[in-house]
Amino acid sequence: MCGIVGLFLKDKSLEPKLGDMLTDMLVTMTDRGPDSAGIALYTAGAEGRAKLTVQSDDPQADFAGLDSALGERLGGSVSMTIRDTHAVLDIDKGAIDAARAALSDVRPSVRIMGRGESLEIYKEVGLPKDVAARFDLRGMGGTHGIGHTRMATESAVTTMGAHPFNTGPDQCLVHNGSLSNHNSLRRKLRREGVHIETENDTEVGAAYITWCMMNGATLGEALQSSLDDLDGFFTFVVGTKDGFGVVRDPIACKPAVMAETDQYVAFGSEYRALVDLPGIEQARVWEPEPATVYFWSHDGAPVVHEKAA
Amino acid sequence: MQTFDLEAQGLRQLNATLHAQANDTNQTAWEVVNPRGSHAIAVGLDAPIEVTVKGSTGYYCGGMNKQATINVHGSVGPGVAENMMSGMVVIEGDASQYAGATGHGGTLVIKGNASSRCGISMKGIDIIVHGNIGHMSAFMAQSGHLVVCGDAGEALGDSLYEAKLFVRGEVKSLGADCIEKEMRPEHIETLRELLERGGCDAKPEEFKRYGSARQLYNFNIDNAY
Repeated sequence: MCGIVGLFLKDKSLEPKLGDMLTDMLVTMTDRGPDSAGIALYTAGAEGRAKLTVQSDDPQADFAGLDSALGERLGGSVSMTIRDTHAVLDIDKGAIDAARAALSDVRPSVRIMGRGESLEIYKEVGLPKDVAARFDLRGMGGTHGIGHTRMATESAVTTMGAHPFNTGPDQCLVHNGSLSNHNSLRRKLRREGVHIETENDTEVGAAYITWCMMNGATLGEALQSSLDDLDGFFTFVVGTKDGFGVVRDPIACKPAVMAETDQYVAFGSEYRALVDLPGIEQARVWEPEPATVYFWSHDGAPVVHEKAA
Repeated sequence: MQTFDLEAQGLRQLNATLHAQANDTNQTAWEVVNPRGSHAIAVGLDAPIEVTVKGSTGYYCGGMNKQATINVHGSVGPGVAENMMSGMVVIEGDASQYAGATGHGGTLVIKGNASSRCGISMKGIDIIVHGNIGHMSAFMAQSGHLVVCGDAGEALGDSLYEAKLFVRGEVKSLGADCIEKEMRPEHIETLRELLERGGCDAKPEEFKRYGSARQLYNFNIDNAY
């Protein structure tokens, strides 16, 4: 099954409550998938800075002095915010690729979960309520975010098999469904030089989208071509720097409900996830059409031509 | 009128209470408040009672219904009135996928739109949709009627048996072995009664009828690989 939620705020006064609202939505979806949970939040950082979200199974050892060690290697200031097994490293925007390379040297056991100017990703094995508590997600604000609770079908229950998956700078993806051609596609993408860490089907979907964009496609185009190249069932929600997108496979048996008011656009696998949102009784509620790519953006009208950074 | 607060009293209590109503119960009118998108509301009823749900529901609302009349003042999730036997289910809002699937009898009225696979494998139920329906509706539908006042999505009536389909608007595409058929006076009369039962003011003359070409009923050696 799996449960997906997404919330895109139009009303700035709700931004401090984003983590709280998204956590409530995700906890409601717990019985769609109790194996692992994750949330991607978008909060604008300081001008000229970027964020690397990293994870360690031994955070005490790995995160000790990581900021100064990395700062030394990069020759700039690095600050670090630790939340349980995750840490967000605040670095110079231009140093993001150098930082990724340096990390594998400085702390080889640390894994990169996400990167971008505003994206932070937190995910672990466990129930949504426990995962949210570990990272204190309720206390976090932001402009928009997506969340996922997993019922594993295609691969092991691990942190790296949890969603969301980072697909590019400030981009991430969550998935409800199962891809049936992920093994052949993984081989193909690896031959093309794309790094794929796990045997997870969704990671292949995320890597496929990354690969399309590396070859010049926009995110909208990448999602469009996923309809041709991915076999199986999927409802994807993708987070972008200034909004989120939704696409469902042509069969569309994986559920999806959307709601829109003057204050927000919300996504849920089921209407249950949306019932506590303010003004839901008056919201426009609908199901996204199959094989159709949708985007909501802070820049205004829905767009499908967002160029990958 | 009995009022049941689903949030306070819980789903098992609701369905057990409704199942306990005898055929000659005096408590014929029930109202369910705070449904909050919950699953399996008012399933398996078997008494001539009226249940009104004040709000939207999740999966399988009114499933396996016999005799009861269920009104939902909101929208419903997947599988509303699935395998209904008799009685009536009326949805004021929209319905998600496979509304009325495998239904053997009774009437399902959806005043908004229905999503994909509406009436899949229906076996005698009458479904009246005021709005549009999604793709693969009436797939392998065996008997009963599907009336659509709006448009139908792709592959309507794929592998259809003897269910009768009436659509007023556009049909995006017909499924395998589904064809448009002549609207004869007896079909106009049947449709007039269905529209009246479903509370539609549409005119039966505005509809087209679709049914099975019956070409898949027998094995055709030319189709073998």
